[in-house]
Amino acid sequence: MRLTLHVWRQQGPRTKGRLVRYQMDNVDHEMSMLECLDVLNEELIGKGDEPIAFEHDCREGICGSCGFMINGVAHGPARATTVCQLTMRNFKDGDSLTIEPWRASAFPLIKDLVVDRRSFDRIVASGGYISVSTGNAPDANAILVPKDIADRAMDAAACIGCGACVAACPNASAALFTGAKISHLGVLPQGQPERHLRALSMVAQANLEGFGGCTNIGECTAVCPKEIPLEVIARMNRDYIAAALSQRDAEVNTIRPFTEWSTGSKLVNDPHATS
Amino acid sequence: MELNSRLPTGPIETAWDNTKFEMKLVNPANKRKYSVLVVGSGLAGGAAAATLGELGYNVNCFCFQDSPRRAHSIAAQGGINAAKNYQNDGDSIFRLFYDTVKGGDFRAREANVYRLAQISLEIIDQCAAQGVPFAREYGGALTNRSFGGAQVSRTFYARGQTGQQLLLGAYQALERQVQAGRVAMFPRTEMLDLIVIDGRARGIVTRNLVTGEIDTHLADAVVLATGGYGNVYYLSTNAKGSNVTASWRAHKRGALFANPCFTQIHPTCIPVSGDYQSKLTLMSESLRNDGRIWVPLKKGDTRQPGQIPENERDYYLERRYPSFGNLVPRDVASRNAKHVCDEGRGVGPGGLGVYLDFSDSIHRLGEKVIAERYGNLFDMYQRITGENPYQVPMRIYPAIHYTMGGLWVDYHLMSTIPGLFVLGEANFSDHGANRLGASALMQGLSDGYFVIPFTLGNYIAGAKLEKVDRSHPEIRNAEACVQQTVDKLLNIKGKRTVDSFHRQLGKIVWDYCGMSRNARGLESAAEQIRELREEYWTNVNVPGSGADLNQSLEKATRVADFFELAELMCIDARERNESCGGHFREEYQTEDGEALRNDEQYSYVAAWGYRGYGNPWDLVKEPLEFHYVHPSQRSYK
Ligand SMILES: Cc1cc2nc3c(=O)[nH]c(=O)nc-3n(C[C@H](O)[C@H](O)[C@H](O)COP(=O)(O)OP(=O)(O)OC[C@H]3O[C@@H](n4cnc5c(N)ncnc54)[C@H](O)[C@@H]3O)c2cc1C
Ligand code: SF4
Ligand code: FES
Repeated sequence: MRLTLHVWRQQGPRTKGRLVRYQMDNVDHEMSMLECLDVLNEELIGKGDEPIAFEHDCREGICGSCGFMINGVAHGPARATTVCQLTMRNFKDGDSLTIEPWRASAFPLIKDLVVDRRSFDRIVASGGYISVSTGNAPDANAILVPKDIADRAMDAAACIGCGACVAACPNASAALFTGAKISHLGVLPQGQPERHLRALSMVAQANLEGFGGCTNIGECTAVCPKEIPLEVIARMNRDYIAAALSQRDAEVNTIRPFTEWSTGSKLVNDPHATS
Repeated sequence: MELNSRLPTGPIETAWDNTKFEMKLVNPANKRKYSVLVVGSGLAGGAAAATLGELGYNVNCFCFQDSPRRAHSIAAQGGINAAKNYQNDGDSIFRLFYDTVKGGDFRAREANVYRLAQISLEIIDQCAAQGVPFAREYGGALTNRSFGGAQVSRTFYARGQTGQQLLLGAYQALERQVQAGRVAMFPRTEMLDLIVIDGRARGIVTRNLVTGEIDTHLADAVVLATGGYGNVYYLSTNAKGSNVTASWRAHKRGALFANPCFTQIHPTCIPVSGDYQSKLTLMSESLRNDGRIWVPLKKGDTRQPGQIPENERDYYLERRYPSFGNLVPRDVASRNAKHVCDEGRGVGPGGLGVYLDFSDSIHRLGEKVIAERYGNLFDMYQRITGENPYQVPMRIYPAIHYTMGGLWVDYHLMSTIPGLFVLGEANFSDHGANRLGASALMQGLSDGYFVIPFTLGNYIAGAKLEKVDRSHPEIRNAEACVQQTVDKLLNIKGKRTVDSFHRQLGKIVWDYCGMSRNARGLESAAEQIRELREEYWTNVNVPGSGADLNQSLEKATRVADFFELAELMCIDARERNESCGGHFREEYQTEDGEALRNDEQYSYVAAWGYRGYGNPWDLVKEPLEFHYVHPSQRSYK
């Protein structure tokens, strides 16, 4: 089939970007969206151009690397599907696709369709864990977890950290992502001791990163490739409010947001570094 | 060169405990004075970085993805083994040990495998405490399934996303240490060389994939946990970025590479659909618990599967292996699929596929039960192929999936370069010539959470590590090497893309060093690889610059290393004149076509030493001894 692609090209964070039109005459229905871009990139390289930079790794919908907007929809038209698993059967001959990166101030652009999502890692670092050092664990069956609770935790834990929820949200809120982690850990018995501090810290970090607030629009869950339900946001809000009441003086963990990439070795407290 | 594998003496049951007891310890207050580089953030690297951080070391952790959570371990579907015997079905540490040694076709070290089986218990405890949402019974206890050719139910799982959930557990533990200031994380940073000073690994050279900066990181020890090299075949179930570069550069700096030809072909993957295909998708082998594998009895039968009556179907695994049936180990299942397709009985486009049919199970258990067990896999299959596996049988074909070979390590997981430790799929240690299902996750976590924290401490406590000066000539030299490679690739400006070379290389390796191999083919493949490599270095086209995000350049450096590795794989496969596990040499088979081992001559680990570009490698042999599991012909009949 024939397709017209309008792809966002931008050399770097400080240069101006624009949509560039590419005509493709021979797209196979069985290809994935990313394979379609591979084919286009091979052509571009052949012509001496730079290929389109896009993020990808597993190509099975689980690593969360890939993702871009297709005609304004995060991950494109198919329900519960990342762009790496989106086959071209979802389009028809003559279609025109506008492909753009996630846009959110907490996801600064790096190049073309690639953005910086380290803000998500910092949200997790601020409290998205259960503090159990290696070797501290009791026998795995010492803590029983009813099946429905384990299933609910798993539903929330399925989040792949792709960022589509943020890209789809008019407020660029990270509530679905943050709520998913808070719910995964907060429903499990193992997660109870830190439940309140976790909610406070993670929400504070998300705010610090510049993600917007949630106004219950629901675009996030509609595009989420793992169909994380809105219920996780309700749970986050409940834990947050309960925590704010009970833990007034609690010390909240946050981390300084940063966007620079340059010379990591100097960031580190390395006793052997001479300069 | 003599290899000292530092194997423990005495009874195997207490060997690891005794080894731990004899190890030197680093005083808790001193740990913060030592720094460690952990390259890789998958199960092995993530677990290691988190645990070393908890112990108090200064850890820098590196990965090439934008986040440590995206390491390829995330894609593991099926499960993780542990000898908990929660199902009371006769499992034990010894049985898991026995199955793994036998499953590896007697080409792994007994002591390592025994330790792995012991540690398997602690892994499940640790992961459950971290909040990994393993599948549970209604009463709240953990549940298990049988998996990958085991006759007991010892596999723990989290729906079809076990690797994801285990990795998120390790990732969260890692981020906790980031927050505590004990681990500094360097995403989008690729290791391109190892720095060896006075015979010890003391640092790495990296390229920042966003800015292109080439940088050196120094430390007291280096841990590589950079995963497997299955992408040498181009089409594989590995993530697109999986590569051998870190291991290979360490190999070129003196680390021996062991058993490179031991690669695993997974029997249940979605068949190739066209030339644009960029990777292969695995369908978890847990599907073989309820799916029956068959092909038509007649050659070239093009009828729809539903139109082929029972008596014209060949359930070839059930027929040939009545006691294991569809659950034979991977190497056996894969070879048999190839065999029936070679006979012209394959199904689907190109005849490279066999059916995996759920109709009997759906009939017996109901669609709901099947959906509960495999729903997400069925959805994935349907998304990719457009066919509904509840109604028509899946089509599957083998694909490269895992690499048992890797950098040689001793019992302490240290390579032949002191101070360089190798964990997870990147080492060669525990799976011999064939890996059983659900055991790679176990090994990665065992290495990372429970082995390296002890052995690395022992190394640091026993080594006198002088401070390294940044102006040391070895550092300059390594940085210059990296810069030269990058510049050279960018300046060739040839006519072919990196991918076109990679595809061609992959096809050679798949055809000659894949599911079945022979001496003539391997010799010819090595020759073809050398020729193609020459062309690569004169005719590859890498657009863009070295000073920003350049994905073509990333691929180009990785493919350059795959070329060298591919040649060594063929040499290793040619040298091993026997069939064992995933290494099937056509010349060495039993009358009914099963792998024929030669324990007299080949019961050893083949560890290869690098002697310079274009020179033949040195082969060093580590003999294997079996005191607890007597080598026997594997039989799954
Ligand atoms: C589809 C699939 C399904 C699987 N299912 C199962 C299963 O059910 N059960 C099971 O036991 N096993 C399974 N396996 C195997 C298992 O997942 C892997 O062997 C295991 O996860 C490897 O873990 P690792 O930590 O060694 O490496 P990886 O998870 O591959 O991590 C490698 C890390 O190294 C980093 N890295 C690599 N090169 C460099 C470099 N040059 N510089 C810096 N960083 C680098 C990467 O960024 C990454 O962080 C499966 C494998 C596949 C492909
Ligand atoms: S909640 Fe859904 S859309 Fe958001 S990051 Fe997770 S998987 Fe992606
Ligand atoms: S590439 Fe991993 S989710 Fe798409």
